[in-house]
Amino acid sequence: MSVMKPKRDVGIIGYGAYVPRFRIRAEEIARVWGGADEGVPIEEKAVPGLDEDTVTMSIEAARNALARAGIQPKQLRAVWVGSESHPYAVKPSSTIVAEAIGAAGRANHDSPLLAADWEFACKAGTEALQAAIALVGSGMADYAMAIGMDTAQGRPGDALEYTAGAGGAAYIVGPAENSLAYFEGSYSYVTDTPDFFRREHQHYPQHGNRFTGEPAYFDHTLHAARGLMDELGYQPSDFAYAIFHQPNVKFPQTAARKLGFAPEQIAPGLLAGKIGNTYSGAAMLGATAVLDIAKPGDRILLCSFGSGAGSDAFSWVVTDKILERRGRAPKTAWYVARREVIDYALYARYRGKLVMN
Amino acid sequence: MDLARHWRLKDQRYRLEGTVCAECGAKFFPPRQVCTECKSTNLKPHEFAGRGELYSFTTVSAPPSGHEEFVPYIVGMVKLDEGPLVEAQITDVNPADVKIGQRVEMVTRKLRAYGDDGVIVYGYKFRPIVNGS
Repeated sequence: MSVMKPKRDVGIIGYGAYVPRFRIRAEEIARVWGGADEGVPIEEKAVPGLDEDTVTMSIEAARNALARAGIQPKQLRAVWVGSESHPYAVKPSSTIVAEAIGAAGRANHDSPLLAADWEFACKAGTEALQAAIALVGSGMADYAMAIGMDTAQGRPGDALEYTAGAGGAAYIVGPAENSLAYFEGSYSYVTDTPDFFRREHQHYPQHGNRFTGEPAYFDHTLHAARGLMDELGYQPSDFAYAIFHQPNVKFPQTAARKLGFAPEQIAPGLLAGKIGNTYSGAAMLGATAVLDIAKPGDRILLCSFGSGAGSDAFSWVVTDKILERRGRAPKTAWYVARREVIDYALYARYRGKLVMN
Repeated sequence: MDLARHWRLKDQRYRLEGTVCAECGAKFFPPRQVCTECKSTNLKPHEFAGRGELYSFTTVSAPPSGHEEFVPYIVGMVKLDEGPLVEAQITDVNPADVKIGQRVEMVTRKLRAYGDDGVIVYGYKFRPIVNGS
């Protein structure tokens, strides 16, 4: 069997979401750059405030995950942050997050902790989640945190500017017996596909336009999701919900249709139309929205995609512990509904697009 | 860049870590080494819960060096539920919606960056309490 699963049963014991409060409407971007005649890929996207970045957003999501998990921060043995927008090129985001949530620091010198930043375009967070599953599954740790968080940038006027949003989620992996959703298995698939990349010292990424579709997003997403379902012997009808990476609204809808999922299976986890593509956060944040409403016994498919390229597909089954835990922190829908619309001028200021010196 | 100074302050900036007097229970933020109530020097670290009430505030439009990019921003005095009065920025709210007496909670945000190549300083700010449901 080629499905990936540790010998020790593990699951998600806590999760937390974060989306910043500012929004820019896609039609406002089209007003500045033209192109509205061709239609816009989403309604609006989330924009971080001046005092927010991947570190501060990860801290809030991580605190939400800890509140739901009900464990002490010093019980964590790993804090891993997946992102393509780490504030430093060299210096981990994860140590700042770990100290802020109380998992690291002088008071914790008797509690070993791993911390590292992960990078794999939009699947950096689920790669960290795979590692957290393995760390807990191996017995090296009882609890590990994996975060996917981004404040993505698109070049002004580029197609990506309509969708490059901000947000993400934190997950704490622990023993299955203490989980709100236990892990059934995962399947990962990667190839060398240069559909989207950003060279060192460059502010904005490059992408292959339509090349980002069939050979990149669809090939990897479909292969990983089918691989997982085949290996576990499941059909789309065995899942209550499915969440896919969402660079826009159309791609995950198309992938779901090709795989045989109904629109209502993916709707609760499809947030891109309201907050944009949150990159490393996208699939993981869609999954927190689903966990906020799922019932015990529901099976959930989570399938990420990262350019470059690869997909991680996971199968989870919700337990009755979800009922007592999900109310302990703000829900994903609350963050999505919290919105302050800004115009392109404020957006340009908040995203550092104005030359000041 | 004062790297050592910022590093020394991270416990209080990241987690609102102050001190509590082991003799009389008085709590202090920022941390003190001598209790102002009973003069004891037996003080232990204490992490504040991060909730309180806005005691007063003002809007800053002529900022000190290093904070120019954030103007206009709100600076408030927050009366923590455990007692101490803390000065901090108020975030996630428009100035017109800030009210004295408002319930607020601690969040960790970017306080400043030392240019494009210097250290980024993170620390506490407060925002109106969210219900999240």
